[in-house]
Amino acid sequence: MNFMASKQPENSLLGPEADSQRTLYPYVTGTSVVALKYKDGILMAADMGGSYGSTLRYKNVERMKAIGKHSLLGASGEISDFQEILRYLDDLILYDNMWDDGNSLGPKEVHNYLTRVMYNRRNKFNPLWNSLVLGGIKNGQKYLGTVSMIGVNFEDDHVATGFGNHLARPILRQEWHENLSFEDGVKLLEKCMRVLLYRDRSAINKLQIAKITEEGMTISQPYSLKTYWEFSAFENPTQGAVGSW
Amino acid sequence: MDLNMDLNAPHSMGTTIIGVTYNGGVVLGADSRTSTGMYVANRASDKITQLTDNVYVCRSGSAADSQLVSDYVRYFLHQHTIQLGQPATVKVAANLIRLISYNNKNMLETGLIVGGWDKYEGGKIYGIPLGGTLIEQPFAIGGSGSSYLYGFFDQAWKEGMTKDEAEQLVVKAVSLAIARDGASGGVVRTVVINSEGVTRNFYPGDKLQLWHEELEPQNSLLDILNSPSPEPMNI
Repeated sequence: MNFMASKQPENSLLGPEADSQRTLYPYVTGTSVVALKYKDGILMAADMGGSYGSTLRYKNVERMKAIGKHSLLGASGEISDFQEILRYLDDLILYDNMWDDGNSLGPKEVHNYLTRVMYNRRNKFNPLWNSLVLGGIKNGQKYLGTVSMIGVNFEDDHVATGFGNHLARPILRQEWHENLSFEDGVKLLEKCMRVLLYRDRSAINKLQIAKITEEGMTISQPYSLKTYWEFSAFENPTQGAVGSW
Repeated sequence: MDLNMDLNAPHSMGTTIIGVTYNGGVVLGADSRTSTGMYVANRASDKITQLTDNVYVCRSGSAADSQLVSDYVRYFLHQHTIQLGQPATVKVAANLIRLISYNNKNMLETGLIVGGWDKYEGGKIYGIPLGGTLIEQPFAIGGSGSSYLYGFFDQAWKEGMTKDEAEQLVVKAVSLAIARDGASGGVVRTVVINSEGVTRNFYPGDKLQLWHEELEPQNSLLDILNSPSPEPMNI
């Protein structure tokens, strides 16, 4: 039954956007996701914002979800496309479980599946407008990878999407090391998230941190970070040069 | 008509629509203005459309797109209800709206708020903005008039309101949006849905509260001129 799928355009009175073969633009978007490997598994952080252009419209969007038993998916970009990806993954995990063969898809396999989906959509000029972070641990092997809307994919000890690429990754490059404790991992992620909060217009001060270990996935309750504004240079910035900013 | 819109900004849509949950059900509200460019094509439209006995949808954006989407979903829900043997849930209705909105995102320009009551989850509101994201919320606002209401709701919304508090909030909010949004106007319509059923209400424009710099409507200047001058004060 295909009547609810998009119709093939015969004549585009609506302009180039109506041609479903062309690239769309995003409407409701999530901002950065940051993740790192630590001693027991993966830690991932994302805020709960869904922006609508420049408006911070939705403030309770969960942008990280558990996939099967071993993986954790975080997404930035168009939320409706993320919701659709979750549906694809539901089917994938269902089929995996229906084999009932004792084997289950690990994070590496899920990452590969997502890479194929994203790259094939990109080739049809109809991308899923997301940057994804896929982390997990299976049989003691930690895995952390990322896929972009054009199919660029790689794995690393720490990854970030969006603004996080510019603001969080330099911090992670300096301060990440092998076998971080849970506390140190959380503090490092919070340091990244605080910088993003200061400097990313689409960031909101309500975030969650998710952890995935051999035991399973947990996601924290939403919480807010304290911020610091009491620099003397902030209190009277134009004292030395009246009229400046 | 403006064909060179900034592709990175979302389209603003004529209308103000609101959906609010309260302890026992939901209240949906909307203005009644349908515009074609600068002309008001219909000053008393009904933007709150029935999908089933217990689920309604507030429509914003393109009138044609929102009407078609509602018509399709009403049709599917009708069949679904027959097959299921009991009333459809609000979640199912919202997901059907999402399915059409998402799969036709390139061609549709409509933001919808689905609200209703079912015996499993009680009163629920689902927002489905442009693009087809489905988001369950304790309250939702939409349409071009909603820009003026984010601050209002941040301050005025609270959990666990009564039916009357919720309805008064909705009426006040639509009225405030109408005061500032050129694409919203006319009357305020509300629909209350709970376990007892559905109630439609109508608040004509001239019966709404006056806001800043709005004046009490008069029949004519002549009435003002002919009215008795005020009594001199006694100091």
